[in-house]
Amino acid sequence: MTYLAKPKLLRADAPRNAVGYTRRDYEGAISTLCAGCGHDSISAAVVQACFDLDIEPHRVAKLSGIGCSSKTPDYFLGASHGFNTTHGRMPSVLTGAALANRDLIYLGVSGDGDSASIGIAQFAHAMRRGVNMTYICENNGVYGLTKGQFSATADKGSKSKRGVVNNDTPIDLVALALQLGASYVARSFSGDKEQLIPLIKGALRHRGPAFIDVISPCVTFNNHAGSTKSYDYVREHNDAVNRLDFILPRDKIEASYPAGSLRRIVQHDGSILHLRKLDTDYDPSDRVGAMNHLQERQALGEIVTGLLYVDSGAVDLHRHLNTVEKPLNQLGDAYLCPGSKALDALNASLR
Amino acid sequence: MSQVKPIASSNDFVIKFANVNGSGSASANELFARAIMRMGVPVAPRNIFPSNIQGMPTWYEMRVSGAGWLGRRGGCDLMVAMNPQTWDRDIAEIEPGGYLFYDSTKTLPRSRFREDITVLGIPLTEMCNREYTDARQRQLFKNIMYVGALTALLGIDFAVVEKLIADQYRGKDKLIGANVNALKLGYEHARAHLPCPIGLRVERSDGVGDKIFINGNDACGLGAVYGGATVAAWYPITPSTSVIEAFGSYCRKYRTDPDNGMARYAIVQAEDELASIGMVIGAAWNGARAFTATSGPGISLMQEFFGLAYFAEVPAVIFDVQRGGPSTGMPTRTQQSDLISCAYASHGDTKHVMLFPEDPYECFTLGAQAFDLADRLQTPVFVLLDLDIGMNDRLCKPFDWDDSRRYDRGKIMTAEMLDAGKNFGRYLDVDGDGIPWRTIPGTHPSKGAFFSRGTTRNAYAKYSEAGTDYVYNMERLRHKLETAKKLVPAPVVQMAAQPTRSGAIHFGSTSAAMTEALSLLEAGGVHVDAMRVRGFPFADEVIEFINAHDEVFVVEQNESGQLRMLLLTEGEVDPKKLIRVLHYDGTPITARFIAGKIGDALSAHKVTPIRKQVAS
Repeated sequence: MTYLAKPKLLRADAPRNAVGYTRRDYEGAISTLCAGCGHDSISAAVVQACFDLDIEPHRVAKLSGIGCSSKTPDYFLGASHGFNTTHGRMPSVLTGAALANRDLIYLGVSGDGDSASIGIAQFAHAMRRGVNMTYICENNGVYGLTKGQFSATADKGSKSKRGVVNNDTPIDLVALALQLGASYVARSFSGDKEQLIPLIKGALRHRGPAFIDVISPCVTFNNHAGSTKSYDYVREHNDAVNRLDFILPRDKIEASYPAGSLRRIVQHDGSILHLRKLDTDYDPSDRVGAMNHLQERQALGEIVTGLLYVDSGAVDLHRHLNTVEKPLNQLGDAYLCPGSKALDALNASLR
Repeated sequence: MSQVKPIASSNDFVIKFANVNGSGSASANELFARAIMRMGVPVAPRNIFPSNIQGMPTWYEMRVSGAGWLGRRGGCDLMVAMNPQTWDRDIAEIEPGGYLFYDSTKTLPRSRFREDITVLGIPLTEMCNREYTDARQRQLFKNIMYVGALTALLGIDFAVVEKLIADQYRGKDKLIGANVNALKLGYEHARAHLPCPIGLRVERSDGVGDKIFINGNDACGLGAVYGGATVAAWYPITPSTSVIEAFGSYCRKYRTDPDNGMARYAIVQAEDELASIGMVIGAAWNGARAFTATSGPGISLMQEFFGLAYFAEVPAVIFDVQRGGPSTGMPTRTQQSDLISCAYASHGDTKHVMLFPEDPYECFTLGAQAFDLADRLQTPVFVLLDLDIGMNDRLCKPFDWDDSRRYDRGKIMTAEMLDAGKNFGRYLDVDGDGIPWRTIPGTHPSKGAFFSRGTTRNAYAKYSEAGTDYVYNMERLRHKLETAKKLVPAPVVQMAAQPTRSGAIHFGSTSAAMTEALSLLEAGGVHVDAMRVRGFPFADEVIEFINAHDEVFVVEQNESGQLRMLLLTEGEVDPKKLIRVLHYDGTPITARFIAGKIGDALSAHKVTPIRKQVAS
């Protein structure tokens, strides 16, 4: 646990991004999670990604459910509005918020209990509905706040700290997201910020439901021998399909990558995803291929990480509903109320 | 034929249509109701339908009342028996001296009829089979044919019905001709073979005036449009589904951008009620006006979210079209039994604002007002109507709207206010009304952001488990709900013609039957002051009304006396003073029932013999 308050003074030479903010401006309250918690690394990656992308903090709305993971939005983007909702229900609240104002960036943070157990219905339906959001599941396979019960993503055969073996089949949220229509699907590891930060950047700039499952070891309840979500286990079994470099349209594009191993994907807003392939056969635009690859490697006991699928031409819920460009929460009375004349005509038709 | 004299009544009787659901009878029956209203005579129709799509019995009960009583009367003076499945009980329901209209194609033995009623048969099936070859046409035009026959039997002007059909199918000339033809066949056959008109007559009157004919659910949907709602999230459930359907169709009409055809609204059919209310809360947190429509089971499912919205202080509007509970209960029958589950919804100490519309007019006005109240109070607002007024077309005052009215968005702190140095504490009471200021996400680059949560926090929205912070917040919330008492619509009082120590309190759809009951009681010399409660938390006048009377009848449509419970809890009144008048069999309450109960109770201890006059 970190008890020390961060100094308020800022070094005069702290680097500023294109919109004039320092990295500190993207931080939040002091984390109250356990020292070494993987979730804090994810928060740091969110801070870095938003700083790098020149996002004004107040243009982000961060929402979460209940659990250790869902506490984290308090620990980053302190200048953003946040909403810590109810257990497993972040997706619906985020959906409503996104309907109200299509111009903000929506970041949903959830955990494996929050998403795969109590909230699996909302997780599923937000994906299939095409909500424009970045959905990060901080996945440690365990209920931390209630002291170490298995969650629905715990692998079959994995052992709890107390020695109990999990007999239930795990839910793979990445496989579900692919099947349900998420248009940006990735998996990463909280201990690998080189991989995680570009994935978050790509997700924030993606239009449509972007899902990132981040294996995030629980140092207190799920980091022992026998756990399949420990730092050691994940490092040993990580099978990265690609390495992502995220490039904004304004950045100079380097051409120094070895030919043949690079894949370039342009998103709707002009941002570019450069994928350095580690697995030469892997094609992230092939949804069926992604599902197959995931299953094959899982059968071998490997955890596939990287950008698994992206549909750069995806459309979102607002497009499906054909809503006006101006955010609904900014439409004035005159745009909303038909007035007395229309009512008189309606009355006449009801006689 | 019978010893009993046939009922003779002009503009005051009940017709009941017994049909098979899915047979297209509903639109024909409605056409007939509208025809009577075009004669200037008020009609109160009610659909009595099963929780089923096709093949089950369904009834359409039509009260014709020149005096304008729109509550259910009970009994049946003319039965249009079109469903062989329910024949026996339909025949049994006819009042002595009443009438039976039926399809006489198949000869029925005398034992299937009654001696004390007038039987009017027309070979509808035979006539249809002769006229039409298509099976669907035979079915649909059979309905129109009986409307034609009834037009003759009740002495309705044929031209009125003809014009109604022409209005209804304007632009579809082929349909007009075919329907008028079927209408005429029935009309002429009745004129030639039956004693037209019978004792029951529709005579031209001016009882309808400028009133409109619409159901409460449609009016709620329209109220949401006028109230400025832009986000609707919902899950289908009887009897509330058509609230959203109406909102959608009014939005397509009034909220489509004329330049590009894009929608100034968003409607999402959610995966369940939890997601529906979650979306509403998310949208309202983000500054849009949002609502859902549901019924009892949905209210149960949404409980946790109601607590979040109450405690995090997020506006939300919920239209609860009540049906018979508990559990799945009676999904297609009416009740007023969600008061308690809405008033204190969710765990912990909560209290919610409720509005009780009496008819479609108030569904519209209170529906629109609910959005102002939710924004002003930053809390969920429940509009509690019920199946009786929600799903049945009802005559009511025409809708009106003041174009100078502006939406009350409540206490929203803007970027300008923040820049001007206003102290922003999300849960700070700066105005002494218990209502704090809020900011909408995205308002200001560096000021006014806060973290909403269901956990306890201090006045500046920082997580805090300190008892003092918690108590400050809870007391402020209680104070806010006190403020709400002055903002909810005031109760409506109807004083008796003479001073009395007896009162009656009622709410919502009971109103029509209650008003008629008061008139029945008055005629019998029984004087009762009445108050119609329109909002919760109760305005002080409600408790003052109780204190000003020796006994108060609390008339409601549930088994446990839920309004009475709320009055006892909130008003701290003597339980002995509040006398239960409860009707909860799933049918709408009647004036006869109310007058009977109140009359009996008062005559029992005052020895006022009024029972005979008021009850039948």
